[in-house]
Amino acid sequence: MMKPKLKPDLSVNCGGIKSPNPFWLASAPPTNSGAQIMRAFEYGWGGAVWKTLGQDPPVVNVSSRYGSMDLGGQKIAGFNNIELITDRPLETNLKEIYEVKKRFPNNAVIASLMVPCEKQAWHEITKKVCDAGSDGIELNFGCPHGMSERGMGAAVGQVPEYVKMVTEFVKEVSRVPVLVKLTPNVADVRFAARAAKQGGADGVSLINTINSIMGVNVETLVPKFAVEGKISHGGYCGPAVKPIALNMVSQIATDPETIGLPISGIGGIGIWSDAVEFMLLGSSSVQLCTAVMHHGFRIVEDLNAGLSGWMKRQGFAKTTDFIGKTAPSIVDWKKLNLHYKSVASIDPAKCISCDVCYVSCNDTTHQCIDIDRKGGNRKPHVLQDDCVGCNLCSLVCPVDGCITMKPVDTGLKPLTWEDYTKNGMKGYGEVYRRH
Amino acid sequence: MASSKKTPVDAFAELKGPMTREEARIESSRCLYCYDAPCVTACPTHIDVPRFIRQIAAADALGSGETILEANALGHSCARVCPVEVLCEGACVYHDWQEKPIQIARLQRHATDAVYATGEPPFNPGKDNGKRVAIIGAGPAGASCAAYLRRLGFAVTIFEKRKLPGGLNTYGVAEYKMSQPTAIEEMKFLFKLGCDVVTGKEVGKDVPIADLTNDFDAVFVGIGLSDTRSLGIPGEELPGVMDALSFIERVKAKGGKGVPASESTVVIGGGNTAIDATTQSVRTGAAKVTLAYRRGAADMSAYDFEVLLAKTDGATILTNAVPKRIIGKTKVEGIEFADKTQIACDRVIKAIGQTKHFALAKAFGLAQHEDGRLKVNADTLACSRVNIFAGGDAVNGGREVVNAAADGKRAAWGIFRALFPGQPAPVDNAYWISTIDGRKVAPITPRSHS
Repeated sequence: MMKPKLKPDLSVNCGGIKSPNPFWLASAPPTNSGAQIMRAFEYGWGGAVWKTLGQDPPVVNVSSRYGSMDLGGQKIAGFNNIELITDRPLETNLKEIYEVKKRFPNNAVIASLMVPCEKQAWHEITKKVCDAGSDGIELNFGCPHGMSERGMGAAVGQVPEYVKMVTEFVKEVSRVPVLVKLTPNVADVRFAARAAKQGGADGVSLINTINSIMGVNVETLVPKFAVEGKISHGGYCGPAVKPIALNMVSQIATDPETIGLPISGIGGIGIWSDAVEFMLLGSSSVQLCTAVMHHGFRIVEDLNAGLSGWMKRQGFAKTTDFIGKTAPSIVDWKKLNLHYKSVASIDPAKCISCDVCYVSCNDTTHQCIDIDRKGGNRKPHVLQDDCVGCNLCSLVCPVDGCITMKPVDTGLKPLTWEDYTKNGMKGYGEVYRRH
Repeated sequence: MASSKKTPVDAFAELKGPMTREEARIESSRCLYCYDAPCVTACPTHIDVPRFIRQIAAADALGSGETILEANALGHSCARVCPVEVLCEGACVYHDWQEKPIQIARLQRHATDAVYATGEPPFNPGKDNGKRVAIIGAGPAGASCAAYLRRLGFAVTIFEKRKLPGGLNTYGVAEYKMSQPTAIEEMKFLFKLGCDVVTGKEVGKDVPIADLTNDFDAVFVGIGLSDTRSLGIPGEELPGVMDALSFIERVKAKGGKGVPASESTVVIGGGNTAIDATTQSVRTGAAKVTLAYRRGAADMSAYDFEVLLAKTDGATILTNAVPKRIIGKTKVEGIEFADKTQIACDRVIKAIGQTKHFALAKAFGLAQHEDGRLKVNADTLACSRVNIFAGGDAVNGGREVVNAAADGKRAAWGIFRALFPGQPAPVDNAYWISTIDGRKVAPITPRSHS
């Protein structure tokens, strides 16, 4: 008889906000209304951060609002928008928050907020969303377009003192956990994260979108996705921004001043493994938008299935078993082992002779791939003594598993730059040929 | 065996249609952009395939078309008629991956269609160099040669015995590969570089050979092949017996309507022209079509993919079928083979190769191989007589349009070198000249060897 299979518990607790799985809809067009959010919850989304609420009268938006960048055959490798916060009356949104919570008590509803930097204004709106039944609050200090010109959004997030001050305003009256949403449009995201923590935040969410211009139509010379011929910079997101987001998440997860501060990870998540990466680097929930805007709410079905299957294979019973597990492996450069050596190896059985590795290695990196052209052969081989283990050939190779980077035992004890300099620059074993 | 009646085929629908911009974008982004790519080597004109595909991916269809037409003036028709399965697409490294090769031909068409939509070649004729060249035959070899000669600054006059230019592209290509208007459009497009074209005049008959050699500084002979060989069996003179090229010409000329219905057609031959005659018979409504080849299947010179097409069309293929006599009193009623088997038919199409233009070669005094092919210098395509050059089927015995295009290009450079010895090519010609033998790039030297 087969053994009963592990049924992983996907539920998460992000700064006190609980949800049946880590997948939340980010504050954005998909969470514009109660009807949308309820449909999303029916599909299986764990939580939703409401499209940012502000003061009445509501804002008005422009058309057009979104732009995208395709790469080769990939639609929407990057996405941008210049849409503002909700353009619906506050009262309508509050009523709908109440409705959604009544029908979906187990799903997380987080109210995203943005009002001018006045204590009174923040107190009022915080009380209202708590009364409506929100499970949490997210302070939108990240939105880089439009609202920032009015002294809100990223304009707040870029000044740590404001971040701390407004977080304090909200914490004074909030009855639910407060997350601070951070902007990546800063030199070092850790300062804003520290300020949020000092202000009493229960966690941070990041990244918000990146300042961007999507391009210019080279036939008409008009900016792409223009509003009657003109465009304003918008917020960039989608698959292309994921590495930037992962870096910022890991910075906060490893900063001694913010270690342990709950993180809701955002930025380019499209499939389950993207989410797992954010969680391994310290996010206890994740938020999605671009992939949802591309394919609809249904994607949460394969996100949940993928996460669950991976947890089973890894033997993780609950999400806290792996959240943050990889964060300690993100270190400063000076802590990397200079004596670690790997060299490329090309599997001739898999090689299809496109010679893309050959030209890229020789033209642009370290000139250590050659071709023995005897008998019309086009298959390249690595000159292992010259290979510095840079990875480029394995990155450009179109065939899965054809070029692999193989560790070489140098017989040398680990040596970091930190140790090397402490040692008076002695003891380095020349593990690759320097020319 | 599906009968052709049961599977009505749109006689002239293109087998490989155009790509939408989206299709082209996706297909072009599949290209691996191989270094020293095998597709470039496989192309007789050495079109830089990865480069033109990358230009399509970069939404520069016009630039892409220019890359193609630099290396192959007939790139527009080659995109349609080239046997890419055995050339560029056959060499694609995706085969080693057990994946479908890049659809190079259709991408090429996408790019040249964009250039043709502008109505003019993307190149300027060269500055007049004071020399005149006569071209005999406005087929692929002659038209290619003319285009490159114009770029080098020669004055060019083309003599074509038929009413329309284009040679086999116009008269002899299966319609589902390329329509006659497309072939003629290509000629008109190339002639915009400034060629005098004299049609309906045959050199050696209407135009004395001495006129050419006296009035021009050089002559390019692109005369192709001559008549279809005869079977040399009884009954060959009966009405209903025709040669493949005349048949295809009739099909193309009247959109198939000029060809009377056939209950049963037998095509004799085993080459690609025999296949064209077979598929064109099916597509013009012949109820039963049999391709009879005298030797075994392995000996057929037709490409495998062409044979497959004939089979898919519903034709029967008979091998080791040696024709003995054509039966009939006043018209074709059947054919008998050496093994005494008979097939009732009302049409016999002969596709057993063409003869060479021995008379014209003799009149010019040009040396020939035993089989009639003109002897040429492999590098310059110069004939045995000074300042006379030749290329295409007349030299290679009957190959592809792309071979003729490559010959025309090589001969143009050969003519320049003969008439301007030691002089560098005029500006804006370096690139296409570099493609004649395939481009040489600086050799790569790995570090350990440097």
